[in-house]
Amino acid sequence: MFRYLFMLAQETTFRSRSLDKMKSILDNCGFSYLWSFQNTSPNIKSIIKQRLEDQFTQSWSGKCNFIDDLSITIKIKVVVIRAPINSPGSKVKMSALRVLVGCKRVIDYAVKIRVKPDKTGVVTDGVKHSMNPFDEIAIEEAVRLKEKKIASEVIAVSCGPKQCQETLRTALAMGADRAIHVNIDPKDYENLQPIHVSKFLAKIAQDEKADIVIVGKQAIDDDCNQTGQMTAALLDWPQATFASKVEKNNGDLTVIREIDGGLETIKVKLPAVLTADLRLNEPRYATLPNIMKAKKKPMASKTPADLGVDVTSRLEIVSVEDPPVREAGQKVESVEDLVTKLKDAGLV
Amino acid sequence: QSTLVIAEHDNQKLIPITLNTITAANKIGGDITCLVAGTQCSKVAEEVSKIPGVSKVLLADNEAFKGFLPESLTPLLFATQKQFNFSHILAGATAMGKSLLPRLAAKLDVSPISDIIGIKDKDTFIRTIYAGNAIQTLKSKDSLKIISVRGTAFEAAALEGGNAASENAPDADVKNEVSEYVSQELSKSDRPELTAAKTVISGGRGMKNGENFKMLYDLADKMGAAVGASRAAVDAGFVPNDMQVGQTGKIVAPDLYVAVGISGAIQHLAGMKDSKVIVAINKDPEAPIFQVADYGLVQDLFKAVPEMTDIVGKK
Repeated sequence: MFRYLFMLAQETTFRSRSLDKMKSILDNCGFSYLWSFQNTSPNIKSIIKQRLEDQFTQSWSGKCNFIDDLSITIKIKVVVIRAPINSPGSKVKMSALRVLVGCKRVIDYAVKIRVKPDKTGVVTDGVKHSMNPFDEIAIEEAVRLKEKKIASEVIAVSCGPKQCQETLRTALAMGADRAIHVNIDPKDYENLQPIHVSKFLAKIAQDEKADIVIVGKQAIDDDCNQTGQMTAALLDWPQATFASKVEKNNGDLTVIREIDGGLETIKVKLPAVLTADLRLNEPRYATLPNIMKAKKKPMASKTPADLGVDVTSRLEIVSVEDPPVREAGQKVESVEDLVTKLKDAGLV
Repeated sequence: QSTLVIAEHDNQKLIPITLNTITAANKIGGDITCLVAGTQCSKVAEEVSKIPGVSKVLLADNEAFKGFLPESLTPLLFATQKQFNFSHILAGATAMGKSLLPRLAAKLDVSPISDIIGIKDKDTFIRTIYAGNAIQTLKSKDSLKIISVRGTAFEAAALEGGNAASENAPDADVKNEVSEYVSQELSKSDRPELTAAKTVISGGRGMKNGENFKMLYDLADKMGAAVGASRAAVDAGFVPNDMQVGQTGKIVAPDLYVAVGISGAIQHLAGMKDSKVIVAINKDPEAPIFQVADYGLVQDLFKAVPEMTDIVGKK
């Protein structure tokens, strides 16, 4: 594989960058070494192939002409997966921090959404869903806290219909220890808002004696950017929103936040709520053994009534419509032509 | 019916999005009260009192508001709301507004409405979902509405002409021992601020590296423009994140937006498609950016940009 990548790299003009990128893609997939080996079950091969393709398309969002070639090569390879960072034998001095992470199931970010003809919402049936990308970052951060021995346990929570359990399995495969599914009737789910979710999260954080709650800064479906802040308010905990770096010293977290026009550093005392911004980390891909292991990790199920939360809708969605389409303009032939047109319009 | 607008400022000067927020408050109708909370910020309160449409300014000057942390501002707002019983509380949809409003909303058990781009009536608001790929109209059933306002969707209110009375905000226990402001590192630039600039020039992955952005700075300086970037260019490490234009970065709506070497990913379009005039320079004639551009130039940017700098400079 690497030899193949090398070949590829040498053919392109950006030699080292291409190669580095390829390596990082493999690394993100959790593949450290690739060996030639003939006796692999077709099933595993197809999973590996899918994983590489997914990661490849994600990491290399330009034109992916290589994908077909890659899949051909993969057919004769099998992977040796990197040993888990936390080997079960190592005796870890357990620190007491327990981390609760919220993860929302949303329409996959790569899917082009379609508005329903009756304008009540967007089409979700038969559409690929995944974990909200910002929540993946939240899970990754929690798992890293555990790997750094700062946290002792990572609990993933998702509130929504049954399919949220798939999202929770992803969280478990990424390294969460157990999961709690707050099962919401699909009818209620249409009108579930961050205020309800934050009430679930706050109650669970109390019940589970969590020390840190991490959620993505916003979900990419409703773009609300509220849940973390509201959870912090309900718990009366400090909040570190839009975090791009988190460090623990003593009982405090030092957090660098992304603000308008730059960065801000704050300190919050534990317990605290964090919301993850894009640059906090790059989420890992779950490795095959971890996906298998995730199936055996515990997942509890709760209802809004169990948690004592009233899910009555507080906002009525009047309509959901397509945005106004911007008409394509004209092509200009030369820079001179362009500048003349801009000058005529008084823009230059 | 009455609206509270939370002024955003740096203790010296008002931050312009407050003016857009006041326009939004005017659209809702009713009295407008403006809260200026900060540390030695009376100058800002004076500035706010001159804005036409503002009928009252509440000033809360306290050491505790250093860094404008939501943990200390929320109790102040809570007490203010208890005393005045506003029907609407508004702030700009900035990092600060987005941090503060939901925290306040949860304390008051209100479902907040984020980042509105339009107002239908006092209960009904328009906002975007799915990174601007759909427009949602929603009606609030709460008696109090807590709303953040997208600055680029509303005109700025005038700075002169008003004469609002100023008084002290209600007392509140704003002592905050759980969070602490340490420092801020704002990117310094002689060019206009991205979200306020009349002209924005952005570079994408096609710029190939960070050094090549100098070409854009040269052009920007000739045109008095701000320089932005696509997420692809930021992710590739060409330029820092605060230059990012897009759903996950800054949302801009200048008079002229020049996209250089940007293919036009959905998330980028969400951040700039409300610009009045869009120019795209890209050597790939199939790039989606051309579908939204008023003027498209299919040319190698490394040739086109220096040429444009030349011609614009000569005018």
